[in-house]
Amino acid sequence: MSEAAVKPRMPEEHGVPDPFPWMHPIMKKNYGQWDHHYRPRPGVLCHVAKSGDKIYTVRAGTQRQMDVFTIRKLCDLADKYADGHVRFTTRSNIEFLLADEANVEPLIEELKEGGFPVGGTGNSVSMVSHTQGWLHCDIPGTDASGVVKSLMDLMYDEFVNEEMPNRVRITSSCCQINCGGQGDIAINVQYTKPPRINHDLVANVCERPAVVARCPVAAIRPALVNGKPSLEVDEKKCVCCGACYAPCPPMQINGKEETKIAIWVGGKHSNARSKPAFHKLVMAGLPNNPPRWPEAGEVVMKILRAYKENAKDWERIGEWIARIGWPRFFELIDVPFIKHHIDTWTYARLTHNHSTHIQY
Amino acid sequence: MANKDMKVHPTPMLDELEKGPWPSFVTGLKRLRDADKRYSPVVNDLLGQLEHSYEEKLGFWKGGAISVLGYGAGVIPRFSEVPEEYPASSEFHTLRIIPPAGYHYNTEVLRKLCDVWEQYGSGLIAFHGQSGDIMFQGVDSENTQKAFDALNEMGFDMGGAGPDLRTSMNCVGHARCEMSCFDEIKVHRAVLNEYLDEMHRPALPYKFKFKFSGCPNDCVNAIHRADMAVIGTWRDDMKVDQAKVKEYVEELGRDYINEHVVGMCPSKSLKLNDKDELEVDNKSCVRCMHCLNVMTKALSPGDDKGVVILIGGKRTLKIGDLMGTVIKPFVKMETEEDIEAFVEFAGEVIDFFAENALEHERTGEMIDRIGLPAFLEGIGVEPDPNMVLHPRQVSYVRTDDFQDELEKARARKASKEAAE
Ligand code: HEM
Ligand code: HEM
Ligand code: HEM
Ligand code: SF4
Ligand code: SF4
Ligand code: SF4
Ligand code: SF4
Repeated sequence: MSEAAVKPRMPEEHGVPDPFPWMHPIMKKNYGQWDHHYRPRPGVLCHVAKSGDKIYTVRAGTQRQMDVFTIRKLCDLADKYADGHVRFTTRSNIEFLLADEANVEPLIEELKEGGFPVGGTGNSVSMVSHTQGWLHCDIPGTDASGVVKSLMDLMYDEFVNEEMPNRVRITSSCCQINCGGQGDIAINVQYTKPPRINHDLVANVCERPAVVARCPVAAIRPALVNGKPSLEVDEKKCVCCGACYAPCPPMQINGKEETKIAIWVGGKHSNARSKPAFHKLVMAGLPNNPPRWPEAGEVVMKILRAYKENAKDWERIGEWIARIGWPRFFELIDVPFIKHHIDTWTYARLTHNHSTHIQY
Repeated sequence: MANKDMKVHPTPMLDELEKGPWPSFVTGLKRLRDADKRYSPVVNDLLGQLEHSYEEKLGFWKGGAISVLGYGAGVIPRFSEVPEEYPASSEFHTLRIIPPAGYHYNTEVLRKLCDVWEQYGSGLIAFHGQSGDIMFQGVDSENTQKAFDALNEMGFDMGGAGPDLRTSMNCVGHARCEMSCFDEIKVHRAVLNEYLDEMHRPALPYKFKFKFSGCPNDCVNAIHRADMAVIGTWRDDMKVDQAKVKEYVEELGRDYINEHVVGMCPSKSLKLNDKDELEVDNKSCVRCMHCLNVMTKALSPGDDKGVVILIGGKRTLKIGDLMGTVIKPFVKMETEEDIEAFVEFAGEVIDFFAENALEHERTGEMIDRIGLPAFLEGIGVEPDPNMVLHPRQVSYVRTDDFQDELEKARARKASKEAAE
């Protein structure tokens, strides 16, 4: 045997690749020297550098989980119109970088023909941030790709137009760990029942002290069940968060009917105007209903319509609600306010109204 | 190809997701299934198992232990819990690969990535996961090393997973955005590439994430989702082009500017005067970005740029969501020395986290447990009123050294002034 075959290959620790060899030359040339930008039409940005150079960006939606044929098709378009340069946004939109304005319209035409929506810029609804779900995660309560696809079909017009008061950034998460992040609207899994424990497996699969430590409300205790070491859950304490399920799959938190969908509003990352904010609960107990999750979609569309009709330009959803007040918001979307809307977690008191500021 | 006897699984529920105008991942998966390639049976069984999930409303993947030589993390192992029914996709691991900073690609490199994944994997790639990685989804145990080697030969490296330093991300920033206040790519690569060992050989209490946004618009969600958020800002006066302000007033109208720019300034720092000039009270402006976002042509950040560092952001597990909070209200980030000093500071924070966090505790949870003052002492940062909304409201604290601390702070200030 040759020496090379015997000696295993150790990795080159390249780390984060240098993007400059792949960056569009105009962006390289004007790196850090941009002056301003404008949006000629939805889905298109024009950035003007201090040197006077311009770069056009055409943004299109993708399915994120892409087959190589889709990627190559996008590459063909990039070669034809964008000097072979693209980038992706944090929300999995693809951006074609065009030196020549004359290429903008033909590229948009071809993207449309290829089934790629052009939009997601400015005051539009951009792509829903996307997690893994049934396609690939080991703990999911629902699918991610199917939920996102169903929602984007419903919100398609809001992606390709810029008709919202301000940008809308939607997130989804297929378990309560919430990889999807915070959003103007969030569509998240909400478990409703304490874990059912598969006692036969616990001893083999789980490190019991680690599972006990994982519970945020100290509801799990080590226990002997049928003479074997296992765990028990104080169901009065359990908040059905699913935190114990990841380190210990026998803590079955998911159920065909028990896993539900909840909808939250008013999260925001940007510091613009108001401070960054977490999203707040609006609706829970919606069925986890593949393949199209129509009940969740209906609530999302109701919130979007109310926001579109009532908010002022530049107000994000949370800022709009802060102005009109939660009572009016719940009226507008026709959802009664119930006890589960009132926070009970750490610092809950800070979320209660300690004033006589009330909007009548 | 030898896929002639492949029995295509019916997928009536998934077929519903081929309808509608948004690009369909199901259609994409079917393209791979029907390509008559090595991976086609894999994707066929993957679709079968996914359809099964849609019917049963349950996931059917479990984890395991798969890694590549030399590294302790970065492969997300997936084994099917129903391998008899779907044997071809019974091993369907993901490689988390670090993308180029800022997600810039050319078509040549994208095509090569596709070729590698056709050769060894399933042909399914996600640009990008919420973790910031390129997710090469669907490789069996045997091909995992080969696929990684091929990507590694191209200049790509494995990302983070488990209790380690995670793959980071930065906004488009300097590459194409006039708001950008520091060189995000340079700083991102300087820090991550310095501490790669923490990524490839997991030894931290839990994950640690950096994220880099060029300005307070925070396009990569750093405050919510990074243990250390590095966000550009500026200290001096913002730049105002009054001629362009007038153009905006003409275009949008005085009322619009008053209601939507002046009226929405959170710090009441703006005024449109009788001459249609925008007056800015830069001492009270909180650098929120709103007015700059509306009037991109007229307003821009000042010249004395730098970053704010916030620490402790994370999502729900386990004590509830936490935002990062201010630890360094302003640091310059221009020269090589600035960047070196930051990299060193980042290392100190990681070290403190490694030594003081409990197992499976994130930085924000650790700070909650030990208190912000103890954390500041641990990393050698002086308290600053920018770190809080307001001073303490509760008297339950031991203050016998209060006057001594005042004296020390006065002495520090004096020696700093003497040095300048
Ligand atoms: C296939 C399985 C998994 C995948 C693909 C996955 C992927 C991700 C991704 C992409 C994020 C978002 C990261 C970000 O915002 O930067 C995330 C977040 C998170 N994941 Fe996972 N994850 C998986 C399993 C787990 C498990 C088993 C745990 C816990 C034991 C876990 C704990 C978390 C937590 C706590 C977050 C919150 C985000 C944060 O605080 O920054 N994940 N995960
Ligand atoms: C002779 C002894 C005490 C007297 C005369 C006294 C008197 C008072 C008075 C007048 C109030 C205000 C009630 C109000 O706001 O309506 C109060 C509140 C309170 N006292 Fe005392 N107190 C005494 C001892 C204590 C002790 C020993 C403790 C704790 C160990 C204590 C803890 C509190 C607390 C926590 C409050 C509540 C303040 C609030 O949140 O409203 N008190 N006390
Ligand atoms: C000799 C002992 C004390 C005297 C003479 C005294 C006197 C007073 C007076 C005159 C007021 C104002 C009442 C008003 O505004 O209507 C007051 C308020 C109050 N006192 Fe005392 N007090 C004494 C001890 C205490 C103690 C021991 C506590 C608690 C531990 C306490 C807690 C309070 C509180 C919480 C208030 C209400 C403040 C507010 O929120 O307005 N006092 N006390
Ligand atoms: S949100 Fe939960 S189920 Fe979904 S990908 Fe993240 S960890 Fe997995
Ligand atoms: S679901 Fe959450 S609250 Fe309930 S036992 Fe598990 S970890 Fe504890
Ligand atoms: S965070 Fe700021 S600098 Fe970065 S891309 Fe967004 S607006 Fe531009
Ligand atoms: S940046 Fe924000 S705080 Fe500063 S003047 Fe503009 S709107 Fe006001």
